[in-house]
Amino acid sequence: MILLKNGLVYLSSKKKIEKLDILIDGKIIKKIASNISNKSAKIYDCKGKHIFPGFVDLHCHLRDPGYTYKEDIVSGAESAAKGGFTSICCMPNTNPTIDNISTLNYVIRKARDVGKTKIFVIGAMSKGREGKEIADIGSMVNGGIVGISDDGNCIQNAKLMLNVMRYSSNYEIPIISHSEDYSLSKGGQVNYGYMSTKLGLPGIPTLAEEIMVSRDIMLAALTGTHIHIAHASTKRTVELIRQAKKDKINVTAEATPHHLILTEMACENFDTNTKMNPPLRADADRQALFQGLLDDTIDIIATDHAPHSDYEKELEFMNSPFGVIGFESAFPALYTNFIRTKKMGLEKLIEKMTSQPAEIIDKDIGKISEGKSADLTIVDLEKSYIFTEKEILSRAKNSPFLGKKFWARIEMTICDGKFTWKA
Amino acid sequence: MNNNLQFSGRNLYDLDTYSVEEINTIFETAKIMKEINKRDYKKIPTLRGKTIATLFFEESTRTRISFELAAKRLSADVVSFSAIGSSVKKGEGLQDTVYTLNAMGIDLYVVRHSCPGAPQLVHKYSQKPVLNAGDGRHAHPTQALLDMFSIWEKKGTLKGLKVTIVGDILHSRVLRSNLTGMRKMGAKATVCGPRTLMPPKIEEVYGAKSEYDLYNAVKGADVIMALRMQLERQEEGLFPGLGEYSRKYGLSKEVLKYAKEDVLIMHPGPMNRGVEILPEVADSPHSIIIEQVTNGVAIRMALLFLILGGRTN
Repeated sequence: MILLKNGLVYLSSKKKIEKLDILIDGKIIKKIASNISNKSAKIYDCKGKHIFPGFVDLHCHLRDPGYTYKEDIVSGAESAAKGGFTSICCMPNTNPTIDNISTLNYVIRKARDVGKTKIFVIGAMSKGREGKEIADIGSMVNGGIVGISDDGNCIQNAKLMLNVMRYSSNYEIPIISHSEDYSLSKGGQVNYGYMSTKLGLPGIPTLAEEIMVSRDIMLAALTGTHIHIAHASTKRTVELIRQAKKDKINVTAEATPHHLILTEMACENFDTNTKMNPPLRADADRQALFQGLLDDTIDIIATDHAPHSDYEKELEFMNSPFGVIGFESAFPALYTNFIRTKKMGLEKLIEKMTSQPAEIIDKDIGKISEGKSADLTIVDLEKSYIFTEKEILSRAKNSPFLGKKFWARIEMTICDGKFTWKA
Repeated sequence: MNNNLQFSGRNLYDLDTYSVEEINTIFETAKIMKEINKRDYKKIPTLRGKTIATLFFEESTRTRISFELAAKRLSADVVSFSAIGSSVKKGEGLQDTVYTLNAMGIDLYVVRHSCPGAPQLVHKYSQKPVLNAGDGRHAHPTQALLDMFSIWEKKGTLKGLKVTIVGDILHSRVLRSNLTGMRKMGAKATVCGPRTLMPPKIEEVYGAKSEYDLYNAVKGADVIMALRMQLERQEEGLFPGLGEYSRKYGLSKEVLKYAKEDVLIMHPGPMNRGVEILPEVADSPHSIIIEQVTNGVAIRMALLFLILGGRTN
């Protein structure tokens, strides 16, 4: 048994932080109360530290199977644990693609063996993520997927997308849409605007995202299927989602820490760690995204953790792959930029990193309550440090936040009653 | 010539990191180099013992010859690396090439590459000064310097001059470096081309005016520069064809009437005669297109001289 004493505990039921003790028995939270005493429990003094539900990430890439030189389920789970995550959902853009039951089983079994983090799997919408034929969605739902997506790719054919949505409306899983019209984004490297002009790099217009977000919202209105917009990045996308929610269309959306914090200006020195898709946008987009987060148009934070090896990110900007890692910087970066500066309440951020993503995938996680699994993140909000390559546990180091000063150190992570990270 | 020191070992990625005074020093130095190029014996010993590598990951005969001549006239040794059609594959080319050459004792690199930012990478891997000879659509600073030097020679200054640049604004690195340099030197730039070939936020980025009508664009111009129009753009659906382009944006005698009487006509070459510029203009007394080529060697000599810390005596 583990007894966490005097922590500042976030209670999802009350949306409040209270000074409490937590007693963990096996995998389960046995008791939450003030002044618990238990002689057989190992005691951890959490005075002055916050205890949050373990973070939940709906969007990450573990690169396993197929690209394990970038990351694998082991290193990904360790990185997630260090970032305070206890549940993560991995995308199917592996090799082979997770579009069938046997690849799915490989991931699920390996994840279970590693055990550091609860790993949920997103299955592909189309076979090979090629946007041509519907993947084995029904079998994969039986096998345990929590959503479907061709993430990284976007089904261009509206009829196929409609069929995917109709077909999967049988199952209670969200469709996670990477919204991008290729005819508009083709060849693009950075945001179409100030930076594409200044750097002479082909641009990706905001329109490439917005046209597909509109299409997917319309298809969701028709089919009633739950559509979840991945990594929203533009002002108009936020407006489209806001209106769709007013119209009672079944849509949810996520934003990444990097799109909420950084703008295209970060690309100025051809730093390939600022290259991702969708690209970092103009400040007006970033502000609109943050407003969307505040008014709940944007439901959740997702990392889009996308590891790439050093030698891939050391290439010319145009030849370097899209994507940045995110587990270990997500909470500290958001806390430092928005909570510490009082632009947003801590409770709201926690909701968007715990109970709300849990709700989208319909899982009984992301809350601290008696009888539920002991998934906890213990954070010292008063500790500051410089985020450097050295301490990153992910196999990849491609973070746009390297060298930045962060507040809030993740001191300990507990998943299913076991310590998965200790600072 | 007493401020050689501030140039020594510098990179030239683009003109944004060079001051007005420094650009003027480059011009003054180029003037001397131009004199040397007119001599019977066109060689000075200042860079004897230095080795310069030209790394061309994208073909360009003219720029390469210009750089090589510049280096040779300063008595430097030159080695040329051309990656086109060679074993260089996407992904492994640049880093290993630079490590290999560096191991043989290169003092300065001249880099042409289709990827913006590649010269910065060459410096990162070599820790030697790098001259950007064109990186994708991003920058071509030696071309901009020779363009500005050509204007400076004729007009005495760039300050207050109206310079109109016409053509494929979106894809041109020559344009981008010229706009950066001209803004710095006090010229007022106007860019003109079809809307589909104009990048966004050009005024915000470069302080340049945009015009879509050629006659408006050249009104009162001191200098008109035509950019090369490439046929691929037609296939990309950006404009209907060379015929219509020439009628709307080609420099003709008629167009010149709207500019100042002593307007200078420029082109970075190679020209598509009859497309962006008609022969009647290219070969007119207004044209300094051939002199731009001459000045190219002088400017590149000046840069190599200043950056490699040569001495005059």
